[in-house]
Amino acid sequence: MTEIQHSAVLLLSEQFGFDASAWSRNRDNVRVRVDSERVFEVLKCLKTLGGFDMLVDITGVDELEYPNATDRFRVVYCLLNTSTGERLIVLTYVNDPQPTLPSAYPLWKGADWMEREVFDMFGITFTGHPDLRRILMPEEFTEYPLRKDYPLRGRGERHNFPVITRAES
Amino acid sequence: MAVGLPENVFMTTVNAAASWCRKNSLWPMPFATACCGIELMATASSRYDLARFGAEVMRFSPRQCDLMIVAGRVVMKMMPVLQRIWLQMPEPKWCISMGACACSGGVFDTYAVVQGVDRFIPVDMYVPGCPPRPEQLIQAIMDLQNKIQQTGTLNGTEFDTRTQPTGPQPFDREEMWRIEDAALQSKVGGFGV
Repeated sequence: MTEIQHSAVLLLSEQFGFDASAWSRNRDNVRVRVDSERVFEVLKCLKTLGGFDMLVDITGVDELEYPNATDRFRVVYCLLNTSTGERLIVLTYVNDPQPTLPSAYPLWKGADWMEREVFDMFGITFTGHPDLRRILMPEEFTEYPLRKDYPLRGRGERHNFPVITRAES
Repeated sequence: MAVGLPENVFMTTVNAAASWCRKNSLWPMPFATACCGIELMATASSRYDLARFGAEVMRFSPRQCDLMIVAGRVVMKMMPVLQRIWLQMPEPKWCISMGACACSGGVFDTYAVVQGVDRFIPVDMYVPGCPPRPEQLIQAIMDLQNKIQQTGTLNGTEFDTRTQPTGPQPFDREEMWRIEDAALQSKVGGFGV
């Protein structure tokens, strides 16, 4: 397993010239950090040459109040090679204003709803996505609730409904 | 001269007779959105046997129901659905708010969860618990039966007097504080004392 997981990092270092600071390991968890400009090429290389045929998850992290954070949003791609069982986590960073990433939808169709969720919760737009709408929050919602500068209890959106009394219902 | 009644005849009022019929054939609309719904199902099952109280016929169409049981948390996306279903139910109708989340939001004090359905629809009975045991729900249904028997009228005129909302205001004082704090925090940053 160790050899196999190294092979993905080796592949990336051959293709893109990775340095040692761009990847790390925590137990069986190999993480690769790439620039947001190159993330689509890297994912494409990992799919076509590295055999990562399954996109397990896309998610986001808001690092607004992280100590020593240099960028605002981290976007995490979890990849799986279903024939060998190896996994790889690709990290990339985007910033305000208008954080934007290329969509992974051309590579994995499963990216469709995951990218909609990241857009809904963090406001990160994915260019090339076929249907980038909110997926969890209502259409008329205007904020991005998992951003750290959005209050936990909201700004009153949750109670913005008419009151029905018994006599009028 | 007193008129003797035969033993198989009894005197009552139309209101009491109608209420007696209604309270013994409540048809619940299970608005089950979370784990309280599992307890609601258990209440209807053979062990707890809601049929003993004439309320076992769960209908998933609001047009055929007269008792809405809101079991579980209601989020802001679900609130218009809940209100529409409530309005679709024919008169006379009652509402039980089952569990901590439906009554007050429970532990889910977040941006999406409505802090008690009684802010937006009229509730007759509250069942505390997280989730309540089936016995508690049965107790609520029995209390509701008492309420129907005592206040019910043939034409449902007892509902006409309930013109004021009975729950907390949607934007009560604490909610307004939260909104103000959020606006302040976005300007000057978080609390720092």
